[in-house]
Amino acid sequence: MSPADLERPLPQPITPEAKPYWDGLREGKLMLPKCQDCDHCFFYPRILCPRCASRRIGWIQSSGRGRLFSFEISHQPLNKAFKVKPPYVLAMVELDEGPRLMSNLVGIAPDPKQIRCDMPVEVVYEKLNDEFTLPLFKPAGAAGGR
Amino acid sequence: MKELSNTACIVGVDESDEIGILPNKSQLALHLEAITNAVRDAGLKVKDVDGIFTAGQHSPSLLGEALGITPRYVDGTTVGGCSFIMMVGHAVAALHHRLCDVAVVSHGESGRSGVGVTRSRDTSLSGQFEIPYGFAGAPTYFGMITTRHMHEFGTTLEQWAQVAVSTRKWAALNPKARNREPITVADVLNSRPVCYPFNLLNICLVTDAGGAVVLTRADRAKDCAKKPVYVRGAGEATEHVMVTQMRDLTFSEATRLSGEKAFTMAGVDRKDFNHIMLYDAFTSGPPIMLESLGFAKRGEGVHLFEEGRSTPGGSLPINTNGGGLSYTHTGMYGIFPIIESTRQLRGECGTRQVPGCTLSLVNGMGGMLSAAGTLVLANQR
Repeated sequence: MSPADLERPLPQPITPEAKPYWDGLREGKLMLPKCQDCDHCFFYPRILCPRCASRRIGWIQSSGRGRLFSFEISHQPLNKAFKVKPPYVLAMVELDEGPRLMSNLVGIAPDPKQIRCDMPVEVVYEKLNDEFTLPLFKPAGAAGGR
Repeated sequence: MKELSNTACIVGVDESDEIGILPNKSQLALHLEAITNAVRDAGLKVKDVDGIFTAGQHSPSLLGEALGITPRYVDGTTVGGCSFIMMVGHAVAALHHRLCDVAVVSHGESGRSGVGVTRSRDTSLSGQFEIPYGFAGAPTYFGMITTRHMHEFGTTLEQWAQVAVSTRKWAALNPKARNREPITVADVLNSRPVCYPFNLLNICLVTDAGGAVVLTRADRAKDCAKKPVYVRGAGEATEHVMVTQMRDLTFSEATRLSGEKAFTMAGVDRKDFNHIMLYDAFTSGPPIMLESLGFAKRGEGVHLFEEGRSTPGGSLPINTNGGGLSYTHTGMYGIFPIIESTRQLRGECGTRQVPGCTLSLVNGMGGMLSAAGTLVLANQR
């Protein structure tokens, strides 16, 4: 698939310190960096721990579960390369392991009366191409992806 | 910084010749118009300027070259729209140590028309972790803070809308404001949905404009054209860039810290202010800033925007130029609240003049409450 056929802009430019994250997603695993000195689990991947500044960083596999920390509903396309038809839900998810990340909430109507902060969510993988898979989230226990 | 309180003054302020939608003016031209106008306002000459402070795409050295001067002190701190507010504090320190004698803080941005603009931003983190999900533009980030605030404190869309209503009332009194016709809470709620929780009237304008502020030491300020405005306090801080990294999504630690520093330096308390200028890129911003600055309990900042409080004739006027919501917003708005506070303290504001304005607060954010600058300005020592 050429980028023009894709519904979403590919993640880029990939930073070397984030490679294990992208490698994990390709295999259907949500990997998170974790400090080997203070056990702090964080996101985004970087070469030191934002809590204790240790450079000893390892990786763990996330449970893929968390809560919808906050959300928005986009009603208009804001980026030509992003072709998902509005309205769609922009999500900030707080994983059970602690870190927050941005994603989309799928498998629910884009309606602020149905979506609420702190609702439990779980990861669903969206393959973009052979190289990139994104972690999206759906309400916990809901059927399927999109 | 306490020993620097009242050592320097704002002696000149102005916008570019025009503000609004200006497809025939380059970004650099907007800078140069604003600088020459503000220097004239101070009763000084461009050749007197020996310190240049600017944020954004054009470096201080470019402005020096374009002005035909050789500044001996420059600052290009670029941490978002509050950079100019921070730079007033930087200028106070530089002037005190005689690193320069006449400092100009300048902003020029062709934010709407993009004339003479080079788009180049660091996108490595956003490109990996935000853009693939459809994030694009400030509303898709600041909305996260806003939705969470509604969840934690029960703030309503009607309450955010009231911020736009109050600000528009001030814009109606400012001939330079872009949108001046009155609006109601219902108008905001019925305006075009852009990105929940924001409709169009919750979001600032996108315009082309320049603005500049001239400072000099207090002893020299007496010889300038207009009544000096004293920089009594200044503070700054940065917290995050990515909104996911904000420690508490509904409270800005950078804003709190910048305020504490400025109030301590100035030796003032919150109750002492009679005029406030806040960076209003979104209707939810000013209430959250007031909560972070300690003017309201958490969740209660919106009450300061009720009729009779922030509005014309009210007990604590806020955003009296019409704000980013209704007057102008180029992208990095922070210079404009400084200009308005100075004009209010000079008593130059005509029908929107706040009676007895003696102590004014300027607070602004960079990014999504990522960075913050606070100034305490006064028309007497």
